[in-house]
Amino acid sequence: MTATAAALPARPVNPLVALDDVQRAYGEPPVLACAGVSLRIMPGELVAIVGPSGSGKSTLLNLIGTLDRPTAGVARIDGLDVDDLDDRSLSALRAYRIGFVFQQFHLAEGVTALDNVADGLLYTGVPRAERRRRAAEALERVGLGRRLDHHSNQLSGGERQRVAIARAVVGDPPLLLADEPTGNLDTASGAAIVELLHELNAQGTTVVVITHDAELAGRLPRRIALRDGRVVSDSTGIGEPR
Amino acid sequence: MSTVTAPPPGTTSRPPDGRLPARSRLLGQDVVRLGTTGLRARPTRAVLSALGIAIGIAAMVAVVGISSSSQARLNDQLAQLGTNLLTAQAGTSITGEQTALPPDTLGKVRRVDGVESASSTALVPEPVYRSSLSDPDATGGIATMAADQNLLGVVSGQVGSGVWLNPATERFPAVVLGSVAAERLGVTSPGTQVWLGGTHFTVVGILDPVALAPELDSAALIGADVATDLFDFDGSPTTIYERSADEAVEDVRVLLAPTIAPEAPGEVEVSRPSDALAARTAANQAFTGLLLGLGSIALLVGGIGVANTMIISVLERRREIGLRRSLGATRRHILVQFLAEALLLSALGGLFGSAFGAGATAIMAGINGWPFALPPAAIVVAVTATLVIGAVAGLYPAVRAARTPPTAALAS
Repeated sequence: MTATAAALPARPVNPLVALDDVQRAYGEPPVLACAGVSLRIMPGELVAIVGPSGSGKSTLLNLIGTLDRPTAGVARIDGLDVDDLDDRSLSALRAYRIGFVFQQFHLAEGVTALDNVADGLLYTGVPRAERRRRAAEALERVGLGRRLDHHSNQLSGGERQRVAIARAVVGDPPLLLADEPTGNLDTASGAAIVELLHELNAQGTTVVVITHDAELAGRLPRRIALRDGRVVSDSTGIGEPR
Repeated sequence: MSTVTAPPPGTTSRPPDGRLPARSRLLGQDVVRLGTTGLRARPTRAVLSALGIAIGIAAMVAVVGISSSSQARLNDQLAQLGTNLLTAQAGTSITGEQTALPPDTLGKVRRVDGVESASSTALVPEPVYRSSLSDPDATGGIATMAADQNLLGVVSGQVGSGVWLNPATERFPAVVLGSVAAERLGVTSPGTQVWLGGTHFTVVGILDPVALAPELDSAALIGADVATDLFDFDGSPTTIYERSADEAVEDVRVLLAPTIAPEAPGEVEVSRPSDALAARTAANQAFTGLLLGLGSIALLVGGIGVANTMIISVLERRREIGLRRSLGATRRHILVQFLAEALLLSALGGLFGSAFGAGATAIMAGINGWPFALPPAAIVVAVTATLVIGAVAGLYPAVRAARTPPTAALAS
């Protein structure tokens, strides 16, 4: 573990992510992509959700990121039951509480790194000048302080993923979700990204990494293994289902 | 920072600190900026689909502008010529015979209340030829008329070259030709002789076209005295021209026929030449309506082009939409973004279209020597039309964009 265990706070700390027997079915007849997952992720954790393709990792990420709703079970994100929230409230949750990093980066072409990162605050009503100021800070945090004016197509894959991470953390969300963040990168760049995620976690952000890469997962303190839509192992036993 | 190693108790009910964060918000200035991102990413496509709208708007603005410029010229003309001129003509009797006005008609008309001035012409049945050797059948449609001296003043006519008839020339074989008559006779300057009723007449003047009395354009005008001497003219006028105060025109119009022919007022035709000019414009207006209809079809096709572009754009940008949703955009924010894009696209078309249309109007007005007139209402309508079209064309694609599931960001 990177963080040393501190004294327990006076009042109980609630989990950032709490899934109780969560299912997600698609199609007719229903196929369960997520077949009853229960897990807890506490603030400050650095977690890998690992499994082969088709194990339901992406479905789980969508559910944790409130991009999707469970068809059964209860998903609580940041203490809020997703089923109780309408589209506006879920969007607000994503705008302020959750940062996303994608395998394909999803950066806008022909736009500077600074403006790409500033878009991370676009839906929080922060004026543009302030967004750009904070974007510059975020790029500094991910070590791209000297690449502010570069367009995304002038950056290497590793640098692009750093820009995407800066965009995800520019609003200081408590929860950072990363979907195969090293999937499109060479080994060295990938290792640097994992290092960056460790740093962000050390600064207090809860990080959940979805990956099929067991080696990458091995470098993270907690590993939740998925297979066929179910949790098959959880390295620390936190929130172990049933 | 603290790492907790044990699950806290009692997480089945909603935690006490589970509070909703602030709402997602998108600033108005950002909406405009977002609306342009799609257009900037694919400028060629944006320009081509805006072109459809531009053509429609340009056509409509140009049609309205050209028509109102020609209307403006007519209004100038009428203001200059006056709309208070009435003409009274001998008509046909119930039995179909051509009637003549009595010789004292002009005197009676002058005594009608409200009449300020009056003049007359009388048809003299003598043909005019270029020379005595001309083919007797080739009259050229030129009518010989005996004209009063004050005729030109009453009908607002002008002498292009030479002079008008005066008390001296009125008694001699002198003729003033209308513009068309001069052209048909091949007379270009005063001093020329023409063959009129078996005598040489000297052309003393050539008139400019007379807008309110176009019948004078193809006439050869001679004095009443010489007409009496040579052609036994009995002084019965054919047409009376009369001007009154503007507000008295309608009153005079009612009185004119009964005054001239109390026993058969139906045989006198009273007309207002300025009405004829206006009627000619009204006919042009009907044509304008047709062109306007064609323009609106072009506009409709342009709108369909915008809708098409937007639908393709939404399909291509599913990932971008998913990303924006993951960044916290609500469905409404996505809807607004795509609607703004469609509105900007058609507003772009409307702007260029209006400019093209105004330019075409200016060119047409310049070529024809009309005053440039483009009613501001036409521009307002054009802009409103483009915004309505943009909204209608953009609504369906925007709704589709808003319905794109947020998970589209992860689906690869």
